[in-house]
Amino acid sequence: MKKGGIFLNRVFMALVFLFLYAPIFVLIVFSFNDSKSRTVWNGFTLRWYVELLQDRQIMNALSTTLLVSLLATVIATAAGTMAAVGFFNMKKRWRSPLLAINSIPMTNADIVTGVSLCLLFVAFFGGWETFARWLNGAQSLFHLPARLHMGFGTLLIAHVTFNIPYVLLNVMPKLRQMDKNLIDAAQDLGCTWMQAFWKVVLPEIKPGIVSGALIAFTMSVDDFIISYFTAGSGASTLAMVVYGMTKLRISPKINAISSLLFITVLTLLVIVNVREARQEKQIAQRRL
Amino acid sequence: MKNKRSLFAVPYVGWMALFVVAPIVMVVIYAFTAAGGGLTLENFSRMGSYAVVFTRSFHLALIATAICLLIGYPVAYMISREGPGLQRVAMMLVMLPMWMNFLLRTYSWMSILENTGLLNRFFSAIGLFKLLNTVFGTDLEYFAMINTKGAVVLGMVYNYLPFMILPIYSVIAKMDGSLLEAARDLGANSFGVFRKVILPLSLPGVLSGVTMVFVPSVSTFAISKLLGGSNELLLGDLIEQQFLGTAYNPYLGSAIALVMMVIVVVCMALMNRFGEGEEQAVML
Repeated sequence: MKKGGIFLNRVFMALVFLFLYAPIFVLIVFSFNDSKSRTVWNGFTLRWYVELLQDRQIMNALSTTLLVSLLATVIATAAGTMAAVGFFNMKKRWRSPLLAINSIPMTNADIVTGVSLCLLFVAFFGGWETFARWLNGAQSLFHLPARLHMGFGTLLIAHVTFNIPYVLLNVMPKLRQMDKNLIDAAQDLGCTWMQAFWKVVLPEIKPGIVSGALIAFTMSVDDFIISYFTAGSGASTLAMVVYGMTKLRISPKINAISSLLFITVLTLLVIVNVREARQEKQIAQRRL
Repeated sequence: MKNKRSLFAVPYVGWMALFVVAPIVMVVIYAFTAAGGGLTLENFSRMGSYAVVFTRSFHLALIATAICLLIGYPVAYMISREGPGLQRVAMMLVMLPMWMNFLLRTYSWMSILENTGLLNRFFSAIGLFKLLNTVFGTDLEYFAMINTKGAVVLGMVYNYLPFMILPIYSVIAKMDGSLLEAARDLGANSFGVFRKVILPLSLPGVLSGVTMVFVPSVSTFAISKLLGGSNELLLGDLIEQQFLGTAYNPYLGSAIALVMMVIVVVCMALMNRFGEGEEQAVML
């Protein structure tokens, strides 16, 4: 390609990245602004970062967000990997329709997923209330709570539900790529199937599991719509707090907390990438 | 022996039945239920009054998807032409914004686009308004950018552009380089290689990118609320109002959600059929 073409390409890419990062940059800059305004610069301050630590609502939302994302990622990664092994060993006649159902939460609009889960939870709670009242009336050994509410539990269920498909679809191709003779060899050498799985299969499909977990966590952190419909009033994530604030005015404390999160993720990604690049270099050198 | 291991899938199949299939069945049941109970089609006939919202949603989502494709395809293609190190960094940069919740990023656009926002301040600082006012004799103080359809489309493009870039990039990056060489050896110029080899082969990526942008765009409600004000009500807003908002009516809300779901599924099925035809043509 001509040199001018490459230059123009780079300019175009730079513009696109400017578009992607301009709002983030604005957000971070105004987290240091010494006034509540989000458009006028009034001098540098760290006071929003200090006040942030004393803000119960935001800190609670932060811990809810992180906790639900982490728990959902761990559960979805384990369940998705297990399901992938099961699907992989299934006859195609069964696998195809199940994979189609698996992709429903990914292709469905978030709002449909959220609304449908909300309906399910409400209906279940209604049924539970009737059941609990009947049981409490029929015996006096123990007392079941009759009124259940949406909260952290339902939020977690929703997140696990929309995370598993991503893990499954990341692990399945790795299972397919794996040399099947490896398991046979391990078993011939005296491993039980379980041992073969832990020692042979798992290391082989690890890249798929890791990328699946990463995508799941990203989806959980980025989600607002499904959380909004399934958390009820019992729990709120950061995004829900922000959404509640948009009706009035968003506190610069929100800018501060998002800047902190962003910088943390950026640092982690840089560390991981530098390490990977270094490892690749070492491998390349060894080959030479 | 093989069948026994498929039992590992049993817990997840149960989970899917409970939390994927059952909720959708609930939506269908609610859509056909009257507010007082009993089977009805009233929820669907009432929807006629919201035809404006339907057309607006699909219209804006289509525009946003087209813009995402026009920007996303070249970006994905250019990234795949860079060295491996730069490719990795570029893909990381595409993914990274998603780690800052999309509501926050959309909110940030509010401060950029407002009438007294950063862009308008910038324009007035460089004297653009003075210039325009003297040239055209107008009385401009700011460009009205927020609370317009354009702002909503911008929000959609901004939020969902990575979903267009990622699948297209992963398809192009996996493409067999020898195919391109073969095309060149057989006399195709670089435009011919692109049109006859790269474009058809990347079509699956384009299709999944289009799906991943169109579906969230057509159903969004936060973006329209933040950037479109109250003028640009979308399908998502309509559904949200029926469930958690002022116009509480989950039956109507379910009906709207069901119709939206069916239209989207039909669109996707049509598009996939069209896409498959193309792929076969390439193979022939």
